Amino acid sequence: MKLFLRLILVTVALFLFWHFLVVFADLPKFILPSPLLVMQTFVSNFSLILKHAVVTGSEILVGLLAGTVLGSVTAICLAISPAARTIVRPMMVLSQALPVFALAPLLTLWLGYGLWPKILMALLIIYFPVTSSFFDGLMNTPKGMLDLSRVMNGNPWRIMLNLRIPAAVPGLASGLRLAAVYAPIGAIIGEWVGASEGLGYLMLLANGRAKIDLMFAALIVLVVMTLILHWSIDRLGNSLTAKMSP
Amino acid sequence: MANGIRYLMQSLLFEGSAWINEIQIFPRISFTMQAGSWTCMLGPSGVGKTTILRLIAGLESEIVLDGSIVLKEGGRLSGQISLMSQTDNLLPWLSATENVLLGNRLRGEKPDFDKANELIKKVGLTEHRKKRPYALSGGQRQRVALARTLMEERPIVLLDEPFSALDARVRAEMQELAAQHLQGKTILLVTHDPAEAARLGERILVLSVNGIKDVCPPAGGIIRAYDEQTVLACQGQLLRLLREEE
Repeated sequence: MKLFLRLILVTVALFLFWHFLVVFADLPKFILPSPLLVMQTFVSNFSLILKHAVVTGSEILVGLLAGTVLGSVTAICLAISPAARTIVRPMMVLSQALPVFALAPLLTLWLGYGLWPKILMALLIIYFPVTSSFFDGLMNTPKGMLDLSRVMNGNPWRIMLNLRIPAAVPGLASGLRLAAVYAPIGAIIGEWVGASEGLGYLMLLANGRAKIDLMFAALIVLVVMTLILHWSIDRLGNSLTAKMSP
Repeated sequence: MANGIRYLMQSLLFEGSAWINEIQIFPRISFTMQAGSWTCMLGPSGVGKTTILRLIAGLESEIVLDGSIVLKEGGRLSGQISLMSQTDNLLPWLSATENVLLGNRLRGEKPDFDKANELIKKVGLTEHRKKRPYALSGGQRQRVALARTLMEERPIVLLDEPFSALDARVRAEMQELAAQHLQGKTILLVTHDPAEAARLGERILVLSVNGIKDVCPPAGGIIRAYDEQTVLACQGQLLRLLREEE
């Protein structure tokens, strides 16, 4: 609750600073609209913003889910098979050298203007952090526990399921915390390159028509969405981590 | 495992020298762990006591034994051994009972709850059986580890300084509990504590860089009283030997 109060305090301070900046510097509203105007625009365009927020929100969530599943499966395969490690890991590092942003136009070309290229962008951008943090966790099972399970003649898959995966949950959680912040970036980039709906599309559209107040309203909604997502995943991660730790 | 290790059964014969990339860890030594009795191995840190234990357990991948580890009555060593170390290696997300049942779980066997509860009762933890490790004291955690070791029902038990992290009172209790419940098993206890060796050893070996020395244990069966004259004398003799070797 304390954190929540502090957050509100910081937000209020920020809005006050913004407001007085606009008032004292006498900035035109097509450069920087005042927070009050942005609020008015938000209220009067609520259904429009909501419609686009739902689109972006679904892209982020589906991308996050798919990226998490794919990243986790990859991490487990890499942890189980040394052969997979020698083949796949260099490929993964190579794929990281390629800026995901540069792929956005290609994805739009291949997959069209719908949801899929955005979901794929979100997925691509979180795949590496999820895979690598979960993989690190899987490779750092306490040695004594692994020795014990080997002396017990444990089955490798059961050791993976009952020991290595639970012990790697804190690693996965830290990957997911990053993913919660990265996934929205992926979705927005995807929308900027080519879209007919979504908050990124709305922001570009508003920007082009000098409706900077609408752009800010959309931007703030995006920030709030990302914060809520990050907060939920952080909570989930913390409670899982607490359960798995001594 | 390295070539040249043959596994036969019950009394265990260890013979050989250990190497890691051409560097010798310890010179050629040989000793027997008599069936159904306690063999205690003392020695300064870094001399290779734990290496010997890990070689017997089949856990060494880098250190190679030039020699053999043989069961007198034949058969494979794998599946005959259980292990207990200084760290309890309890899985933090499982209850005491579930930790005792870990072997069942990792081998995909039906968990034998009746037997686990009986063993938990034996080590005096019935009230605490549903608690997770963080809620148990160091001594209680080692009791769970002892119950887990007993659950495996294996003829050979390797103990790697299992009581050294406990305070003096709990350590004495655990030594008595272990002596009582591990009766009839072939045991190797690696320790750096002469008092422990004098209490529990039916055979006492002192390992040094020059090789292995057989020290005559105090008269009488185990577990011996810590204040018995012969036990104190043996403790003194062992300490003197350790200091000479250093």
